[in-house]
Amino acid sequence: MLKQIEGSRGVAEAVALCRPEVICAYPISPQTHIVEACGELVKSGELENCEYINVESEFAALSVAIGASAAGARSYTATASQGLLFMAEAVYNAAGLGLPIVMTIGNRAIGAPINIWNDHSDAMSMRDAGWIQLYAETNQEAADLHIQAFRLAERLSCPVMVCMDGFILTHAYEGIDIPDQAEVDAFLPPFVPQQVLDPADPYSIGAMVGPEAFTEVRYLAHDKQIQALEVIPEIQSAFEEQFGRDSGGLFHTHHCDGAATIVVTMGSLAGTLKDAVDELAEEGPRVGVLTLSCYRPFPKAELREALKKAKRIIVVEKCLATGFGGIVSTDLRMALQGMELIVKTVVAGLGGRPVTRPALKSMLRRALKGELADLHFLDLNRGMVDRELANQRKGIATGPTAENLLKDVAIHGTGA
Amino acid sequence: MHETKLQNLSEQQKVKFYQKGTFTVGNRLVDAETRSVQASDARSNAITSGHRACQGCGEALGARYALDAAMRAARNQLIAVNATGCLEVFSTPYPETSWQLPWMHSLFGNAPAVATGVAAAMRVKGRKDVRVVAQGGDGGTTDIGFGCLSGMFERNDDVLYVCYDNEAYMNTGVQRSSATPPAARTATTPAVGDKPGNVFGTGKNVPLIALAHNIPYVATASVANLHDLERKVTKAMEMEGSRYIHIFVPCPLGWGSAAEATIHVARLASESGLFPLWEAEHGEIIATLPIRRKVQVEAYLKTQRRFAHLFKPERDEVRIAALQRMADHNIKRFNLVREEKETAI
Repeated sequence: MLKQIEGSRGVAEAVALCRPEVICAYPISPQTHIVEACGELVKSGELENCEYINVESEFAALSVAIGASAAGARSYTATASQGLLFMAEAVYNAAGLGLPIVMTIGNRAIGAPINIWNDHSDAMSMRDAGWIQLYAETNQEAADLHIQAFRLAERLSCPVMVCMDGFILTHAYEGIDIPDQAEVDAFLPPFVPQQVLDPADPYSIGAMVGPEAFTEVRYLAHDKQIQALEVIPEIQSAFEEQFGRDSGGLFHTHHCDGAATIVVTMGSLAGTLKDAVDELAEEGPRVGVLTLSCYRPFPKAELREALKKAKRIIVVEKCLATGFGGIVSTDLRMALQGMELIVKTVVAGLGGRPVTRPALKSMLRRALKGELADLHFLDLNRGMVDRELANQRKGIATGPTAENLLKDVAIHGTGA
Repeated sequence: MHETKLQNLSEQQKVKFYQKGTFTVGNRLVDAETRSVQASDARSNAITSGHRACQGCGEALGARYALDAAMRAARNQLIAVNATGCLEVFSTPYPETSWQLPWMHSLFGNAPAVATGVAAAMRVKGRKDVRVVAQGGDGGTTDIGFGCLSGMFERNDDVLYVCYDNEAYMNTGVQRSSATPPAARTATTPAVGDKPGNVFGTGKNVPLIALAHNIPYVATASVANLHDLERKVTKAMEMEGSRYIHIFVPCPLGWGSAAEATIHVARLASESGLFPLWEAEHGEIIATLPIRRKVQVEAYLKTQRRFAHLFKPERDEVRIAALQRMADHNIKRFNLVREEKETAI
């Protein structure tokens, strides 16, 4: 049924349709509305047969989900930013134990300085944790990806993170088609765990593994993710067959055929980028857009195939490997090594900075002329940076950087 | 015939359970329900022999009695969650396991939360018969897992949490925890300088903190009194909601005590008043186990090399006296020294 609802509400309703048996809740912006809505659905009786547990930290939230999943219950939680970092140890643990937990990330920056707005730094910090990471472009896709995520997680016995841009998606009201329970039931069979804590068949889970088998355990976790590269498109097709909608998969393309320049991105930025390249098409050659839906596993071979005719790749990413540069673009460079093309990194939208069409178009015009640096910070306020660098050159005790920059904004505004 | 004998014996001894001059509580001296069942084939067996605990490990002994009692009480429908620590490491070196019940280890600091999850799964699946025990050492309980433990208490999740307190991080090589007593030497509180050993802080009494949560049951127990330990576990298993049992388990390696002296050392801890044995229901202490023969803390301290610097090269009267004051305070607070006629197991 088509509903005009907040993204978070849409995700909560989609999750509820998946009949989760244990939901753990801990508040953190911008994910909070999701667990609030889940709580309401459980408390009102709309979502039956579900234990909703208010825990004391994100670390506990995922730990409760770990216990519940190991005991055979379909388990779900959601978090963001500092919350994901606070549960980091459990994030690795859930994957290492092979527990098919589904978790939403309402993507948000990481402090300090404290910042509640959107970028992808949080999920990127956990990219190597062994979870499958899916990124939603729209709220419709966010809702759909959750339904797919439970099937994917349980098929492979591997946890899945569904990432959606904080505020931009979580707090946006738009039309979302929420499926019927019967349709979801037909798509998602009941959870049959690969391993379960059962007094009738007792075994130990979580034993210490030394050098004699640790590499093999890790290899199999890697192999599981490689299998996911086949399973994800299968689930995408099955989903389309059941619900009549193309959602998820490994990536989406927009006018990539024949395009010499292709922009690669993830998440909600794709919409703005598609508009920008469509407008640019009036003045020059077509620029394609490739939106990664699946970041872990990284679809190397599939991307090589999709980008084989391109000459210039521009990765616009909402994250930064401090001291190095891009993260998604680094993965892409690895995937495309040996191919005759150039890959540029554009870091954009950190800490919620708006990524506008004019800024993207201006950047793309420079890129098409070959003027873009290998690492480019979109809309960086050079004046502000230079004034602070000059200040720091004066001596050692120049005060906290973030607060100095806020003072600078007060004096010079954000334009100079 | 046997019953009559026992009756006669009881009359003669006026129900004095301890044999004169020793602290041994023989099976023949206690009633049938409280007798140990170690020799029975039908005895539950949560943790098998062959694990890799050190000689004289108090934790291995405590865990065996606690989980065996819990398994009996749950009619074998029991799931155990274990924090990282000695118990976890010595019981499950890959690919071996000593556990004869479904057992799970996740992390150091999350055992209470994982157990909450297991209990939630059992509830949602209608498995009311399956009970959940979580267990960890003092580091995993009173330090790194403390937040999760308090959360589990506050929600009154249906879990029995057992803490095996050997008063330091033994698995990593004897570092100080918040359960380490003042003056004790550990790898991070070495016996050097003006104030050797651990600081005299204010202490962190987790059983009393558990009590402050008003959970259904809180008890302290000791491997020196296994009957009492089993009884408390059994009682806890008959209740629902959050329950906490804090067991005193000497660590010969970490404490520098003799491997064969584990029970003796544990007994001196309680008989000196340093580790009082009590139980509480819903926030009220309902019973304390009286000291049978009070000893000075010095007798306890001298059994362990971790306190050796209190006596050599010269006696540290000030700090021995401070430890004695702690014991005396416990004795007063928990009314541990009472008339003989009041004593009972």
